[in-house]
Amino acid sequence: MDVVTLSRIQFAMTSMFHYIYPPLSIGLGLFIVLIEGMYMKTKKPIYIEMSKFWTKIFALTFALGVATGLVQMFGFGTNWSFYSRFVGDVFGGALGAEGVFAFFLEAGFMGIMLFGWDRVKPRTHYLSTILVAAGAHFSAVWIVVANSWMQTPAGFKIVGSGLKARAQVTDFWAMVNNPSSIDRLIHVTLGCWLTGLFLIISICAYYLLKKRHLGFAKKTIKISLISALVVLFLQLLSADSSARGVAENQPSKLAAMEGVFETRESTPMTVLGWVDKETKQVKGIQIPALLSFFVYRNFTTPVTGLDQIPPDEQPPIQVVFQTYHMMIYMWGLMLLATVVATYLLWKKKLENSKWVLRFLVISVGFPQLANMVGWMTAEIGRQPWIVWKILRTPQGVSPGIVPGQVLSSLIMLATIYIALLAVFLFVLDRKIKHGPTNVIEEGTYLDPFSKGDK
Amino acid sequence: MTFELFFYLVIITAMACYAMLDGFDLGVGILHPLAKTDTERRIFLNAIGPVWDGNEVWLVIVAGGLFAGFPEVFATIFSAFYNATIALLMGLIFRAVSIEFRSKSESPTWRRNWDYIFFFGSLIIAFGVGLVAGNVIEGLPLDSNFDYQGSFFGFFHIYSTFVGLCAVSLFAMHGAIYLVMKTEGELHDRLRSWIPKCIGIFMLFYGITTVLTIVTKPYMVEPMLKYPVLFLVPLFALGAIVSVPILMKKKRDGWAFVSSCISISLLLSLSAIGTFPNMIRSTIDTAQNSLTIYNSSSSTLTLKVLAIIVSVGIPMVLAYGFYIYRVFRGKVVLDERSY
Repeated sequence: MDVVTLSRIQFAMTSMFHYIYPPLSIGLGLFIVLIEGMYMKTKKPIYIEMSKFWTKIFALTFALGVATGLVQMFGFGTNWSFYSRFVGDVFGGALGAEGVFAFFLEAGFMGIMLFGWDRVKPRTHYLSTILVAAGAHFSAVWIVVANSWMQTPAGFKIVGSGLKARAQVTDFWAMVNNPSSIDRLIHVTLGCWLTGLFLIISICAYYLLKKRHLGFAKKTIKISLISALVVLFLQLLSADSSARGVAENQPSKLAAMEGVFETRESTPMTVLGWVDKETKQVKGIQIPALLSFFVYRNFTTPVTGLDQIPPDEQPPIQVVFQTYHMMIYMWGLMLLATVVATYLLWKKKLENSKWVLRFLVISVGFPQLANMVGWMTAEIGRQPWIVWKILRTPQGVSPGIVPGQVLSSLIMLATIYIALLAVFLFVLDRKIKHGPTNVIEEGTYLDPFSKGDK
Repeated sequence: MTFELFFYLVIITAMACYAMLDGFDLGVGILHPLAKTDTERRIFLNAIGPVWDGNEVWLVIVAGGLFAGFPEVFATIFSAFYNATIALLMGLIFRAVSIEFRSKSESPTWRRNWDYIFFFGSLIIAFGVGLVAGNVIEGLPLDSNFDYQGSFFGFFHIYSTFVGLCAVSLFAMHGAIYLVMKTEGELHDRLRSWIPKCIGIFMLFYGITTVLTIVTKPYMVEPMLKYPVLFLVPLFALGAIVSVPILMKKKRDGWAFVSSCISISLLLSLSAIGTFPNMIRSTIDTAQNSLTIYNSSSSTLTLKVLAIIVSVGIPMVLAYGFYIYRVFRGKVVLDERSY
């Protein structure tokens, strides 16, 4: 394999492993703000117990997010040096803002959030929690802005040519507020909230199933189910707006997402299908004229098909189509889980509905999978461009590196990431089984090294 | 002052902050195996527990700042040092997760393994940072597209190895002073006795590196010969280092820590003075192919935006940074929420 392919695999792999954690931090962070806020208002001990428990889970996801996130930034320089030279001027402002306004805020107040319970006043602690959650959200803002610029570049000019070509900012706010920034930012943020909420729902369902920490679990699952219902509805609106943006700005991506080969009036929508590249057809269940309606709000206007796109500017169709549809199915599963569980909770039957609770336990995977395949749709759908219509992906790679180097770093990083995920799940599982009650009696601490093992 | 120069100074300041702050975290990691019992190791970890994360952000600021303000330098340095960067990243991953994971199980095997990972992670970062600094002083074979033309392990040579060892021993000393401030009782006294040894080891490596610099890198000394007032920088650096054991002996630990911080930032300034205005010297054609602060920077508009971000953001960061350090001042006390 060549350097380009290996570098793409490496970037995709490190991004996907990284993206397991930040959405959890963002979602949980906001949830803790809510819960600690309830404590500040009511002073009921249950809320402080809840805050402390979720803060511990938060700390775990945060640590993994930081550790894997560093690889992302350095990854631009190591494997994509031409791309870095090319976009540095554009990324500059966004990246600087992310570091100065987001990362310091998160990492700094994290210390107080975790270890400051007895050292600062409750009000100050609550402020720290808010600042950590705000920092986590800010970091999402700037990275999504930078990525959106790669999808829909704006506010810049090209200076120089060939290997000396560089993108230079001409209008900072036009760059930040490029055509897809707002839509994608909202879509990503809602996705993060769902990721956090479904982890919470899953853990609480587990407690209800095991009949442990019932008071804690019932209270928490109620708040999170209602929040999830609201967020799922908002995500529907955001998805609609995002997809229409894609239709306008990146027609080849939308054509691949929906599997539209032929541009014709009353474009149908494929709900479930398989792309046949040979015959240029999608086999599956189709609803007539629905895609035209979703994109243009009437049943006739044709949606641009791949026949309008030069073959060397088309993304891989099958994978974009399938990942995009998988994202929608995941939304459907989340909605199903939430609606059923909310209904049973309202009827006071949730505690005894074993199968529904089991379904809720595995529901933690739905938003995670939706995030992964959603980003695959966005990034693979952008191909063959690394910066839309301006720079092709193979042009962005570092000229000086060789396949052996990238292959070895890929293997090493993959090994570490798999191990990290395993340890993360092990520790998370222990924390969940340990549960929210946190009473260590005086004198029970034993030095593990004193047990004769050393 | 030009925007290029302003932002260059921002990057150097961020480097200094990283070295002063994360420097002691790394030092604690390097000294970690010397802690005897589990309680001592927990005290070490919890001494940096609430603050190390924020300290590490300065490294993100350095790398992000280069990407933003000097994209050519960012692209060149990390693609040239591909293998070293991957190693550095592994160090950063290992350090971060070992701090978080170590306390999560009482199994001695579990804890001992994370102890090793914490130690090696910290060691790799400290040595790696020094290695990169050594290579920046040495220069790289860059062609006219600023692409690296050397071999994959070309960053490993005698000079950069010694700069790496300097970094490791300097951070170990810095970490030891920090630990003295954060501990009490028998551990505190034992730590105090480590300081002269740490300084001795550092002085040895620093002496060798200085001789190597003067003999093999005459361009590093040129600016000082041109502006003799700059000789004050190494002089003050030496003074700061010498004052550390004296202040420690007088039990002025806080001031010793300040001295140590000053010496770290002055040593960093020294290498910046020697290389200015080059950010990376080309050993193929120094005049044409070197990356200077002028030919590697972003556009004036981007530098202006960055200047605004920095002038608004960094004072805020420093203000709440001081506040957070104040909250966690004093000796380490272990409780149920500690690592």
